Amino acid sequence: MRQMLILGGGTAGTIMANKLAAALDERDWRITVVDGTEEHYYQPGFLFVPFGIYRMREIVKPRRQYLPGRIKFILSGIERIDAARKSVTLASGEALRYDCLIVATGADIHPEQIDGMLDEEWGRSKFDFYTPKGADRLAQFLKSWQGGKLVLSIAEMPIKCPVAPLEFLFLADAYFTERGMRDKVDLHLVTPLSGAFTKPTSSKVLGEFLERKGITVTPDFDLGRVDSKEKKLVAWDETEVSYDVLVSIPPNMGDPCIARSEMGNELNFVPTNKETLKADGLEDVFVLGDASNLPSSKAGSVAHFQSEILFQNILEHIEGRPASAHFDGHANCFIESGFGKGLLIDFNYETEPLPGEFPLPGIGPFKLLEESPINHYGKMMFRWVYWNLLLRGMELPIEAEMSMAGKRAR
Amino acid sequence: MGTMSIVAKPIELDADGHLANRNDWNEDLARDIAAQEGITELTPQHWAVINFMRKVFEKEGDAPSIRRLTKESGVDTKTLYQLFPKGPAKRAAKIAGLPKPKGCI
Repeated sequence: MRQMLILGGGTAGTIMANKLAAALDERDWRITVVDGTEEHYYQPGFLFVPFGIYRMREIVKPRRQYLPGRIKFILSGIERIDAARKSVTLASGEALRYDCLIVATGADIHPEQIDGMLDEEWGRSKFDFYTPKGADRLAQFLKSWQGGKLVLSIAEMPIKCPVAPLEFLFLADAYFTERGMRDKVDLHLVTPLSGAFTKPTSSKVLGEFLERKGITVTPDFDLGRVDSKEKKLVAWDETEVSYDVLVSIPPNMGDPCIARSEMGNELNFVPTNKETLKADGLEDVFVLGDASNLPSSKAGSVAHFQSEILFQNILEHIEGRPASAHFDGHANCFIESGFGKGLLIDFNYETEPLPGEFPLPGIGPFKLLEESPINHYGKMMFRWVYWNLLLRGMELPIEAEMSMAGKRAR
Repeated sequence: MGTMSIVAKPIELDADGHLANRNDWNEDLARDIAAQEGITELTPQHWAVINFMRKVFEKEGDAPSIRRLTKESGVDTKTLYQLFPKGPAKRAAKIAGLPKPKGCI
């Protein structure tokens, strides 16, 4: 019996488990998924929790419910991957041999990486919304907040869902407006990027959105430390930004087991071939989703597109053929802009997000880089698509490879 | 038929203002780019960072992040910001004749 081992039962690992369960012969292959927790969170939902749009219990389900019957699920932390011996040691000490390994261990926030971030003010005047606990605490806090200066700070790139900080501010603008206290709230974005976003066209469009909504941007700010007493952010060059409430996006890093296995970069992301998704220099190891060092966005849509490429490459790999499918860096992200509207961006390694229309049979077209209610409905509908189609590895009417159809190039 | 000697070859830049062709780079040009960026003198510590960046790029096709510079170049973060004010990763890459670090999208 050959062993297909998937580390991580999040978006990437679950999609892959479903695809492989349907394709690999049960007499030849055993498929195992290892994850340290039972709960599968719909992570795009975290953004809505601080504003009371979703409650946490509405965006969590049991992991096992999304894994087909033939998959063996092991609830355990991962101690170490030993690629030379094709074996993975679990936290319990048990060793699992594999013939093919898929690393889908994701990324998490690490507030302890910033001096002065984790202290008694964490959860009182300094918050995150990338964890269930953080998003819940922020929701509680905002309910009774009387106003002041709210600073959203991105510590360093890359982060999961690079548009989430902007969406947070757009939703905050709408939330405080609807509560009749927008005039009492100062909204700020403090970012290490040179503008609102990474690529020129979308950075300009999104920058104008921030301006129109009265949100101040401090660009090129490389966060060195937080001074909780004085309530200020201090950059490495000693420039400062004060806050009353800090919403932090701390450094995002890969799983600690990657560091223990000595197979990650300085952020514990696994160096991976950006086209084939094969781990650099390791035999029979593939990397899917946020766990890799790919220069693509860390987002569920990306994990989904990658999974179609990886599925083909793994089938070829186990038949001893070279990988023929190539990932193009495709990402597709709805951006909530508040007041029941949203934007959509669609891009890849080579093509930056462009304006135009995004055709989708039966539902679309959606508007690209332009605000419209249909984009908001797309985003809200996506939660259903996620649980019922995407995780189950079903075909979605959107190709893994980015298309130029509808896009207006400059 | 006469000959013509080219006095100064124009240097091509990419959209970010970095060298378009890495082969155009030399140490004198690095000093010129540094001066344009407001860094009047390149000290041995500057060169240590620049050379480390070029080495990483040569091997991996992308310039290292600040986090990696701190970890592996032997220069701590605080000093990096003193050497290359306002974003050491971007600035040092520019002076080293490398494209803007991809970072992420």
